[in-house]
Amino acid sequence: MARQIKKKRVPVPEQDPKERIHNFNEVALGYTWELATEEASRCIQCPVNFAPCIKGCPVNVNIPGFIKKILEKDVKGALEIIHKTNALPGITGRVCPQEEQCEMNCVMGKLGDRINIGKLERFVADEARKMGIHPEVTMAPKNGKKVAIVGSGPAGLTAAADLVKMGYDVTVFEALHDLGGVLIYGIPEFRLPKDIVRYEVEYLKSIGVKFEKNVVIGKTYTLYELLEDYDAVFLGTGAGTPKFLNLPGVNLKGIYSANEFLTRINLMKAYKFPEYDTPIKKGKRLAVIGAGNVAMDAARSALRVGYEEVYILYRRTREYMTAREEEIAHAEEEGVKFMFLVSPVGFVGDADGNVRVVRLIMNELGEPDESGRRKPVPIPGTEFGLEVDAVVFAIGQKPNKVLYQEVPELKVTRWGTLVVDEKYRTTMRGVFAGGDAVRGESTVVLAMGDGKKAAKAIDEYIKTGEWPEEIKPQSF
Amino acid sequence: MFEILDKKILAPNIKWIRVHAPLVARSAHAGQFIVLRLHERGERIPLTLFKWSKEEGSIELVFQEVGKTTYELGSYDPGDKIMDIVGPLGKPTHIENYGTAVIVSGGVGAPIGYAVTKALKDAGNHVVSIIGFRSKQYVILEDEFRKVSDELLITTDDGSYVRKGFTTDVLKEYLEKGGKADYVFTVGPVIMMKLIAKITKEYGIKTDASLNPIMVDGTGMCGACRVTVGGEIKFACVDGPDFDAHQVDFDELMSRLVEYRPEEKIALDRYVKGVR
Ligand SMILES: Cc1cc2nc3c(=O)[nH]c(=O)nc-3n(C[C@H](O)[C@H](O)[C@H](O)COP(=O)(O)OP(=O)(O)OC[C@H]3O[C@@H](n4cnc5c(N)ncnc54)[C@H](O)[C@@H]3O)c2cc1C
Ligand SMILES: Cc1cc2nc3c(=O)[nH]c(=O)nc-3n(C[C@H](O)[C@H](O)[C@H](O)COP(=O)(O)OP(=O)(O)OC[C@H]3O[C@@H](n4cnc5c(N)ncnc54)[C@H](O)[C@@H]3O)c2cc1C
Ligand code: FES
Repeated sequence: MARQIKKKRVPVPEQDPKERIHNFNEVALGYTWELATEEASRCIQCPVNFAPCIKGCPVNVNIPGFIKKILEKDVKGALEIIHKTNALPGITGRVCPQEEQCEMNCVMGKLGDRINIGKLERFVADEARKMGIHPEVTMAPKNGKKVAIVGSGPAGLTAAADLVKMGYDVTVFEALHDLGGVLIYGIPEFRLPKDIVRYEVEYLKSIGVKFEKNVVIGKTYTLYELLEDYDAVFLGTGAGTPKFLNLPGVNLKGIYSANEFLTRINLMKAYKFPEYDTPIKKGKRLAVIGAGNVAMDAARSALRVGYEEVYILYRRTREYMTAREEEIAHAEEEGVKFMFLVSPVGFVGDADGNVRVVRLIMNELGEPDESGRRKPVPIPGTEFGLEVDAVVFAIGQKPNKVLYQEVPELKVTRWGTLVVDEKYRTTMRGVFAGGDAVRGESTVVLAMGDGKKAAKAIDEYIKTGEWPEEIKPQSF
Repeated sequence: MFEILDKKILAPNIKWIRVHAPLVARSAHAGQFIVLRLHERGERIPLTLFKWSKEEGSIELVFQEVGKTTYELGSYDPGDKIMDIVGPLGKPTHIENYGTAVIVSGGVGAPIGYAVTKALKDAGNHVVSIIGFRSKQYVILEDEFRKVSDELLITTDDGSYVRKGFTTDVLKEYLEKGGKADYVFTVGPVIMMKLIAKITKEYGIKTDASLNPIMVDGTGMCGACRVTVGGEIKFACVDGPDFDAHQVDFDELMSRLVEYRPEEKIALDRYVKGVR
């Protein structure tokens, strides 16, 4: 008997946009058991060796497998299937660009809506967390070898988790006073509650990973010192240095990098000023330059700290925006305004040096560039001004060079990313790297995937002592 | 947690503390700073390393109470703990034997000036220290400077101690009288550094200034500390804090430093009223 095809996606309960722009609570509330079961039942269970969703997933989670476990009401089973290749499902379920990965390939897309894989993954992780369930882990006996991990973002956390399970003595060094990298200082609470990140970190502590906060490698310890004390080092230092455009007026007051704006809000809790000591400038109108996830996060955070009118200024058109579909939709629902085909050419301030106007020029789309996207070309004579109280630059980040500026052995590309080969080996013996530090701005799931593969390579190196004469650069 | 080991009041609203921070002490160099956060709700603020001892695992800081965080820190006593301290941050001051080095420090720039003076002295320079304060009661670190300087020139704005005048007046007189200066290092109020740079530019003397913009992380991650040097954007926490004083846009720095004045007032008023 043919199965009934359920074409429509089961909607995810969300906070009302009118209310949520006044709080930092999570926007998407997630599926209940009933809704999750209904959505899971839409999956037609493609066989594992064929399932296109698995192929679309950068870490190849067995998606039909865990969905089946949801139908069987087996949270632990579902969690264990995911954990085989993804140690942070509560996080990836919330922040992965599923529409470009697993969900893009979903066969159901030909018949109706694609399965909401992300929300089902999140459901499994959240239920497991509520019930205090962890996947069964087999811990290899301690082998007496030590590995240092630099940076506590998803790349570092994943590498640490795998290595500690293999029997290594693992210490993670983090420059900031809190653990999680971008997950803690960048992505806002309303999209990724910090309790979830803390829960994952606590779990790693419980299985033996050691954490040292407030330690900047390159300053507090040098990389050379780490190599004396540890058998291998993994660099998961991310791409944390914000870019600015060197335009007239770029250093006027009220002009932020997205990193500063989001760090003040997320890490330092400026939205609770003066209960918390770190302030953030408030005003009526704020403009964000850029249209990726970072830009959406800045725009939506601005609404929540009290800006009444928030603009996204983007140099190309809607279809080229790089943010996750869900973030763009949420931003629109919340009243963020989008202005396309504009580029900033300067900023005008008042007598006290506060930014008052962004000067913009209109673009048209020209020939495709290296990335295949059509290049914005300014149209002469179309300059105009937009009055603002604050501006946030969200035009990209590059790797932070603090760690390697005094380590000539470490080769970097012309984008400032570390050179590594297919086994994540850098040009310095015993030093591995992954995540945004080697990819430039990328995604959580790819950083995690790198951490996992690097952990394997580190294990192999420590066991065999083999290191190639020459590092053949892997391109990302 | 980082325990305060010792504390002294050096002048009205200027305090000295010694803090247990062995990891910072073991790799500190002159000109570097730390970023601290007092407690869970605290902000991150930078303070310069005045002295440090590897053996004792301690660092010394001198700070002026100017706002909520520094007043609150000033209320801490030995035995109290600071939640987070990270460092040493920033590039160490470039130290070499220039011949004669003149270090011009103003107000609470003095602790930074001291660390650099000592390092320049240790490197074999003939060291001339010029230190300036508002008035007699604000004079700090005189004995420390005397120990590491070949010549020590003190001035007060109101003439209540040694002489009347700004550090700029003292430097100008020194140079006019034919005093030697192969290198000048300056640290203190921005307006002072700007004017010192103007004088040394006329004389063509290589000059570094230690800049003090608002910082958040102190690790190159946010750009709050950006300054314009030679027309380029630099992050003071990782590219500095020392820069070629003849290239720095001091007016921009001055403007950016008061960005949060209204908010700082709110925070301080609330603190003074005892709201925690
Ligand atoms: C605002 C924002 C929103 C984003 N949204 C998404 C999203 O929705 N989906 C998605 O998939 N991706 C998103 N990304 C990208 C994603 O967060 C990153 O690709 C990912 O976090 C990279 O992980 P990582 O482990 O390589 O580095 P990071 O997460 O950057 O962590 C690096 C850590 O290393 C520390 N560190 C750096 N240098 C040193 C040093 N010398 N010593 C000690 N510690 C050091 C840093 O302090 C940091 O904590 C977003 C990024 C931002 C900024
Ligand atoms: C590299 C560096 C080294 C410094 N070393 C010393 C030192 O050794 N001794 C000392 O007394 N002061 C030093 N300062 C200045 C010190 O950081 C500020 O006085 C302190 O942050 C003020 O905090 P607050 O909450 O008490 O005052 P607030 O009320 O917040 O501010 C008062 C004034 O302090 C400045 N300020 C505020 N927040 C910051 C911040 N996060 N970073 C920098 N400046 C800020 C602003 O100009 C502001 O107008 C240094 C600053 C820098 C950047
Ligand atoms: S303080 Fe954040 S980059 Fe310098």
